[in-house]
Amino acid sequence: MSRITINDIQVEVFKDATILDAAKEVGIYIPTLCHLDLEQFNIENKAGSCRICMVDVDTNGRKKMMPACCTPVEEGMVVKTNTPEVVEVRRTVLQLLLSDHPFECLTCPKSLDCELQALAKKFGIYEVTCTGKMSTYEIDHSSKSIKRDLSKCIMCRRCETVCTTMQTVGVLSGFGRGFKAVVAPPEMEPLTESVCVFCGQCVNACPTAALTEINYISDVWKAINNPNKKVIVQTAPAVRVGIGEEFGLPAGTEATGMLTAGLRRLGFDAVFDTNFSADLTIMEEAHELIERVKKNENLPILTSCCPGWINFLEFQFPELLNIPSTCKSPQQMFGAIAKSYYAEKIGVKPEDMVVVSIMPCLAKKYEASREEFIKDGITDVDYVLTTRELAQMLKEAGINLDKLKDEEYDNPLGESSGAAVIFGASGGVLEAALRTAYEWITKKTLGNVNFKDVRGMEGVKEATVDIDGLKVNVAVTSGLGNARKILTKIKKGEANYHAIEIMACPGGCLNGGGQPYIHGDTSILDKRLKAIYSIDESKVIRKSHENPYIKKLYDEFLIEPGSHKSHDLLHTQYFKKNK
Amino acid sequence: MDSNKTLEIGLPKEQFEELDRYIGSLKIDKEDERRTGYLIQVLHKAQHIFGYLPVGVQKFIAENVGVPHSDVSGVISFYNYFTTVPRGKTRISVCMGTACFVKGAGKVLSEFERYLKIKNGEVSEDGKFSIDILRCVGACGLAPVVIVNDKVYGNVTTKQVGDIMALYINEEATHADKK
Repeated sequence: MSRITINDIQVEVFKDATILDAAKEVGIYIPTLCHLDLEQFNIENKAGSCRICMVDVDTNGRKKMMPACCTPVEEGMVVKTNTPEVVEVRRTVLQLLLSDHPFECLTCPKSLDCELQALAKKFGIYEVTCTGKMSTYEIDHSSKSIKRDLSKCIMCRRCETVCTTMQTVGVLSGFGRGFKAVVAPPEMEPLTESVCVFCGQCVNACPTAALTEINYISDVWKAINNPNKKVIVQTAPAVRVGIGEEFGLPAGTEATGMLTAGLRRLGFDAVFDTNFSADLTIMEEAHELIERVKKNENLPILTSCCPGWINFLEFQFPELLNIPSTCKSPQQMFGAIAKSYYAEKIGVKPEDMVVVSIMPCLAKKYEASREEFIKDGITDVDYVLTTRELAQMLKEAGINLDKLKDEEYDNPLGESSGAAVIFGASGGVLEAALRTAYEWITKKTLGNVNFKDVRGMEGVKEATVDIDGLKVNVAVTSGLGNARKILTKIKKGEANYHAIEIMACPGGCLNGGGQPYIHGDTSILDKRLKAIYSIDESKVIRKSHENPYIKKLYDEFLIEPGSHKSHDLLHTQYFKKNK
Repeated sequence: MDSNKTLEIGLPKEQFEELDRYIGSLKIDKEDERRTGYLIQVLHKAQHIFGYLPVGVQKFIAENVGVPHSDVSGVISFYNYFTTVPRGKTRISVCMGTACFVKGAGKVLSEFERYLKIKNGEVSEDGKFSIDILRCVGACGLAPVVIVNDKVYGNVTTKQVGDIMALYINEEATHADKK
């Protein structure tokens, strides 16, 4: 332990703590920009590159300005965080950052959500006094998911830390040096030429608009305004616990009813739920799990709902392509059923139907464009919007989501069980599968449906589930760095699991690359998590196979899980991608 | 070794084998966090073998040292010494460190550029010559310094540029005769 004094307050902290940690301990605010502490996931970016956190430090009579985020405390240090000199230094730092930053705030997608803008406001920068050379780079629009605008990059390296350290994808890294240095894929190539999996965690980490999503709002407006198109929408589980934040509601607000009402006000012809197809996924996946466990072959089975993780597998572990479930993700299953079963029911040609998804995810945009999901020119899903983009659309239309009265989803693709909503949290898919698999194997009613061992934000969770004497070993992992550890074990033959759930984003979809920005405050994720399980608790039906509309879908159309028709519409395959 | 990679970029298989042997001799533990420490020496060797470090070679190194391609590319982009495009058979490097610059390295550089009709950073059309600048080679007493391939020339004046070039042009010609 070391004792130091900050602004005349004594504080005792662990030896390897930084001045910033110590200041937090006693509630003293020091501005930061390049610093990102995802405490929950044990990931910290302390590049010390922006210098906005400079403080006045006196160590045994030696006085110096030091960056608080990366200076370790020393016994007897005397720190001042808000002297006029400190404030002036910070202001200069900001002036220098702004001297090479485009002044496009009015038309910038991150306006009012930009950490640099917020600091400029906070420090009362009304005029940029430093002028000089400006960096200009071509915008990278190459992918369906992520837009890179390096002219807005402030070299904080937050994206690099999440891409390389947290996700172990390793696409983004420092390139070049001096004024020309950037953070970019190898050889400054576009993202589509790299091994990027489009998880979008870099977008969540970026403090400015150097990394944002590729926006499809205008396409969706066009579709809605086209009288010849039947435009339907589906909403992913995690969207309902995130969107409220965009309208000033407290984190963790369950906004399902407001969300459906808002979507109807926007003019969608029908408002459906991805949770419905999550239940459908469980029907197919639990069936596959039971088949494979019974035969004791090709184990473990890996979940396949997360397109970011599937991309990761295709790039990094091509030798394991045969082990994920062949089930399409709920998003794609929804599209496939909407354009067959539902289209037929309402007498609309599939080519006249437009399926829009609201997803907490950027990889879903890529997923929707995969060739396997386009059949005879008909795509399962036409446009994917993030939670953030939907909030934007609602605001454009003058719809205050927080003021709307709750409404219900439409049918037949809107009803869902509690097992479906938990897809939005790490562990949920597996728990949902277990609820169904248990009852199908034992033919008994599962009394306690809560498998609490697989819940929570931890990176790797393991459990052994006793299904009538059959011991099923399961693991749940989220964050691709954690997934890599498990996959390496499987590759070496050291793993003894029957089923594994993998999600690319730490904590699952509630922390997806398309969710409202948390600016490093991971406590928001805990609140979203709580909300997800509270929705599950509140449902009467909590097992996917008890969803009456799912039963009806099989009775009228699919016949049974694993049927020929199911395989045709609801299953897919994976391909090796060259590194 | 993945033979597709060699075909893809059209570099000789033997060169990849040589690099493979070198990396093998380092006995790099791919799970050791310190493995990135080997990167620079491997890049050095690779550039020595191939003459330059194209993407195919970078990926080969990334795979075999166990680091992301972005790290390899990032390190190459940081150091002037490394190049991702082929250089001339004869590499002329003019030191532009402070001492050399003060003693007229800028003029020497211009003279080489005029003589070879190429600019700094370019390669002559026949692929025989290229010009680069260096930052201080630590021989400031000899300023201005020019390095041609591995040979160091000190106190170079603009008048000597023609003489130096003549040596290498003749050498090229002799090689051509032998062939």
